[in-house]
Amino acid sequence: MSRKRLQQLTESLLRSARKEVERLIKLFNTLAAESRERFAAAAGLDRNMFRNILHCTFGMMDDMIMDRVFRAFDKDNDSCISVVEWVEGLSVFLRGTLEEKIKYCFEVYDLNGDGYISRDEMFHMLKNSLLKQPSEEDPDEGIKDLVEITLKKMDYDHDGKLSFLDFEKAVREENLLLEAFGPCLPDIKKTVSVFFCFFFFFAFFFHGYL
Amino acid sequence: MGAALARAAQWTSAGAGRGTLEITPLNESLLNEIIRFVEGFSSRHPQEAAFVFREPLEWRTQLGCAAFGAGYQGDGTTVQSDAKSKDGQPLLLLTGSTIKVRSFDQLSYLLHIAMDKKLKEAQACLEANRDPIVNILGPGYGTIEGEDMSMLHLLDKVKKDDDPETEIKMKIFILLSQLDMQLLNSSLKHISQEVRLNPSAVNNEVNLLKHFSGKGEDTVLESLEYTSDYTFSNGCRAPPWRQMHGEICYLIIKPHDTDPLCVTCSTAGVYLNGGKLKEKDDIDYERKSDIYKDIVTFLREKSPKFVENMSKQEYNFFKETASEKYYQHMEAVDAEDSGQSQKPYDYTEKTIYEKTKSSSAKSKSADSKKLEPSLKWKNIVRCATYSDKVTKKDTEHGRRRSSASKKIKKKTTSISPEAASKCKTSEKDEEVSESSSETEEDEEQPERHQEGNIDLPSEYWQIQKLVKYLKGGNPTATVIALCSMKDFNLAQETCQLAIRDVGGLEVLINLLDTEEIKCQIGSLKILKEISQNSLIRHAIADLEGLQIMVKILESPDKDLKCLAAETIANVARFKRARRTIRQYGGIKRLVGLLEPIPVGSSALTPAQAKDFAIARSGALALWSCSKSTKNKEAILKAGGIPLLAKWLKCSHVNILTPVVGTLQECASEQSYRRAIRMEGMIEDLVKNLSSEHEELQMLCASAIFKCAEDKETRDLVRQHGGLQPLSVLLGNTENKQLLAAVTGAIWKCAISGENVSKLQEYKTLEALVGLLTDQPDEVLVNVVGALGECCQEQINRTIIRKCGGIPPLVKLLTGTDQALLVNVTKAVGACATEPENMMIIDRLDGVRLLWSLLKNPNPDVQASAAWAICPCIENAKDSGEMVRSFVGGLELIVNLLKSKNKEVLASVCAAITNIAKDEENLAVITDHGVVPLLSKLANTNNDKLRRHLAEAISHCCMWGSNRITFGETKAVAPLVRYLKSNDPSVHRATAQALYQLSEDPNNCITMHENGVVKLLLAMVGSTDETLQEAAAGCIANIRRLALATEKAKYG
Repeated sequence: MSRKRLQQLTESLLRSARKEVERLIKLFNTLAAESRERFAAAAGLDRNMFRNILHCTFGMMDDMIMDRVFRAFDKDNDSCISVVEWVEGLSVFLRGTLEEKIKYCFEVYDLNGDGYISRDEMFHMLKNSLLKQPSEEDPDEGIKDLVEITLKKMDYDHDGKLSFLDFEKAVREENLLLEAFGPCLPDIKKTVSVFFCFFFFFAFFFHGYL
Repeated sequence: MGAALARAAQWTSAGAGRGTLEITPLNESLLNEIIRFVEGFSSRHPQEAAFVFREPLEWRTQLGCAAFGAGYQGDGTTVQSDAKSKDGQPLLLLTGSTIKVRSFDQLSYLLHIAMDKKLKEAQACLEANRDPIVNILGPGYGTIEGEDMSMLHLLDKVKKDDDPETEIKMKIFILLSQLDMQLLNSSLKHISQEVRLNPSAVNNEVNLLKHFSGKGEDTVLESLEYTSDYTFSNGCRAPPWRQMHGEICYLIIKPHDTDPLCVTCSTAGVYLNGGKLKEKDDIDYERKSDIYKDIVTFLREKSPKFVENMSKQEYNFFKETASEKYYQHMEAVDAEDSGQSQKPYDYTEKTIYEKTKSSSAKSKSADSKKLEPSLKWKNIVRCATYSDKVTKKDTEHGRRRSSASKKIKKKTTSISPEAASKCKTSEKDEEVSESSSETEEDEEQPERHQEGNIDLPSEYWQIQKLVKYLKGGNPTATVIALCSMKDFNLAQETCQLAIRDVGGLEVLINLLDTEEIKCQIGSLKILKEISQNSLIRHAIADLEGLQIMVKILESPDKDLKCLAAETIANVARFKRARRTIRQYGGIKRLVGLLEPIPVGSSALTPAQAKDFAIARSGALALWSCSKSTKNKEAILKAGGIPLLAKWLKCSHVNILTPVVGTLQECASEQSYRRAIRMEGMIEDLVKNLSSEHEELQMLCASAIFKCAEDKETRDLVRQHGGLQPLSVLLGNTENKQLLAAVTGAIWKCAISGENVSKLQEYKTLEALVGLLTDQPDEVLVNVVGALGECCQEQINRTIIRKCGGIPPLVKLLTGTDQALLVNVTKAVGACATEPENMMIIDRLDGVRLLWSLLKNPNPDVQASAAWAICPCIENAKDSGEMVRSFVGGLELIVNLLKSKNKEVLASVCAAITNIAKDEENLAVITDHGVVPLLSKLANTNNDKLRRHLAEAISHCCMWGSNRITFGETKAVAPLVRYLKSNDPSVHRATAQALYQLSEDPNNCITMHENGVVKLLLAMVGSTDETLQEAAAGCIANIRRLALATEKAKYG
């Protein structure tokens, strides 16, 4: 391949990436405008608005996880997602590499942000994952057991909690464990269609506008 | 010792506080063990033996005062030992019948003097002192269920104060706990051997035996009756107060050779009781004999006649409802677990199946065996009310339910022989539609059962728990459980079957039907592994997993598609699965997976790698599927061939292997062979012969083997230079599969003469001769076949002789493999056309071996042997004498003329032609009635047979009145018709025969009547001199006869 062609290729790739980013920004602006209308005085997306998006667009259900996703997006902790945060977050969501996703998921699951996913945190996240059996003496026993199973699988250094290294290693070995403690990434099957509709709608909307 | 006594020993429940030890074999061995320990104690551990017990062991003895010797002082009613403890108490004190013992020394002495009452004493002692350790060491050391801390306490004590007594205590304690261990172990052995009966098992056994009893010599018993007709709801017939003792029922058995036996069947086994009490309508319940594990074992012991007749009936047993084996297979099962104690049925079933296998044709038995698991699974599916979707969950009773369904399953299978046979026929009908060439890899393994609860490995329970979470978890929990399950060693059969037995397969397959991609992927990853097991494969098919997997093949997710195809590849190793895949449109989708991607030789990008993996998994699945004829058609129709051809051009072994595998499987079909040739795949196949991977080489060679049936293909192989790599591969004698495929390919290629001369160049023949020894039959067949083809050329025959190939060939004539014999006879026959070779064959007595192969039941072997005999007779020195030397040989060959097989007939005619060249032999075969037999064959349309028959007739005419006999047996008219055939060689043989026959005037008349003259006149104009001559001779004879008649008429 000649240098010139390589250059062309990168340019075209950049161009398409740029287009995508532009679209995301446009989308953000509309959403932010909407948010301002309702709650006023916010420089970006507030928690409720964002959760709404997560719920409607990405089909997330778990309140706690959604909160954590918000925290993960909101890097500067100002309870508001700025345009930069929005673009960065969504790029992981939609185009993220495995490394980025592992990092992101770990951030979401590390509820108290201490760099480890502890037993308690796991228990908290898996609390509702088993169907309760009324006949069982201890309804939490199954969950505790599940936590132990998870630790056995993922806790490579046997310190009773998952460090980032543990998590990363486990996920690399078995990709299914990426969302081990609850869905925090868009589900491909569900979102492919929804998100494209979403995009289309806005693209159309803006073209009409401009 | 405490634990052993508390758990293992069998205490009677009668007395509340003071139980007594029952006299059972188990207890007896326990006591003996303890006695041995105590007796040896004082000599082995003298220091410890002197230790004074905390409390004396006290019991009522049967020993008298007189028994005690020196060292004891007695005054009629009391005896005490001289040895005293520190505080002045005698170590042994006997007052009246109560004895108190305070040390091991005294204990062992006591046992020593007790002589034959040892057992009784030990029993009494232990009955009185349920936990002797408490007496010996103090209450702190009592046996506690569960964790025993006493040892640790003791250790602490030893550390704290260095009292020598504690040390001794410690030692004694250790010794005693060792004994305890030993006792537990030995009793465990006992228990595991023990058989527990239950009412239904007894009932079945009785019913079965009733089936075979009655008046008459050959029944096993005269009669067999219950003492009571009333059955309680739990299935027992014994009165309730006896049921408490575990007794089930009482039987009166009348054997042929002894008095009636009154027998108790209890949960412990079968034994003789005291018999019916005279006056009362009651039974003496006392046990009078040893305990046997079941009625049959009991009777075997008691009645020799029973054993004798049993063995006579064995065969009938198998054919009828159940088998005698059933009893021997009876397992040690826990009486409580009624679900499992039903197990013997399964064995019955199986033995029946195995018997049918041996008695009926093999294919049939395969069907019936195949049926067994499927029936069961259907039942399970029906019985178990697992919800269809995983979202509907019932976690809790998983285990209980599965055992319940097992119970139902057992019941249904127990009635199944008729049902099975019915299903068998229906299944058979379907299978007839499949091709006969079909290869069935999946030999059904006999189903193995878990041997009672004891043997269940820990994995079983862990897997059961995981399955529970699979059922009762949301997708997150499910994924965790799946990942954890994947960590088990899924290649191990115990794990595979555990997953199945706890109902995991249903859940895994249901997961496939959900929308959750992660769950689907996780489930498939497990299914892919465990489907290596044929039982699991059948179960997956029965649970309709294939349908779902075929559906998944349409999924947009590439990983999912790939896994599904790989799993299908595993499952599709048996016929029914392959049919299901086809019927649900799986073949089309699998072919769809082969969509070509632009692959350079350079490294793949990740995305390409994924596409590549998909194509590979698709090819793997097609490979598995292509073992069914109809699937081959389906692949063809779905446009698979061009795709396969495209992939064949690629250079990655991973995908080449399944692709070539599919091709070689399909090459059994003419349409494929043509397509393979047309698409130019031969070139690629030849190219891959030089691959580094033996499997691929093998598959390529095998594909060429199958394709080279066609002449064009053989030429293509040569043109693409395929013969050289093939000959090179002959050097690899380690891999037999490869060798078989390569020699096969050479064999088929050698059918073309041009190829033979090429092979000569590569010195293939020498290599082949080297392979004549120490090879498996699959290889030998092909090697010999190839030699047979090569021997058609004179130079090769010499080569074989020079390489010393003839002795091994002749040796192979003694083999048994039919295909091999066909080829060997052909090769030997071809060699025999050379007089020098013939000398060697004759010296090795090869002709006799060939001749004896005429007795082989396989017509192909017969024909081939007869063909081989022809050149032998032709080229052997003094062949007439040689043939006569085979006792009964001539009669044998003449009788083969009664065969129905055209090829056999033709070959035998050819052999007779050669035999008849010797006059003496001709006379013998005439005596064996060769003439009428030949005449009977005359009405045939087969040109090959016609030719050899005509030759045989012409040679047989030379003797005595055979010409006339041929005429009388109406062989002449059909022969005339042979002249209308299109085959010139038939013409020649026929003309010669007719010439011979025309020496007889009556034959001339028949010929003339059938219009022979006109036909012969045409033959006279032939360029073939023999034909000319014979035809002319025949006409001359006819004409001469006509002239003579005219002369006689008109004088």
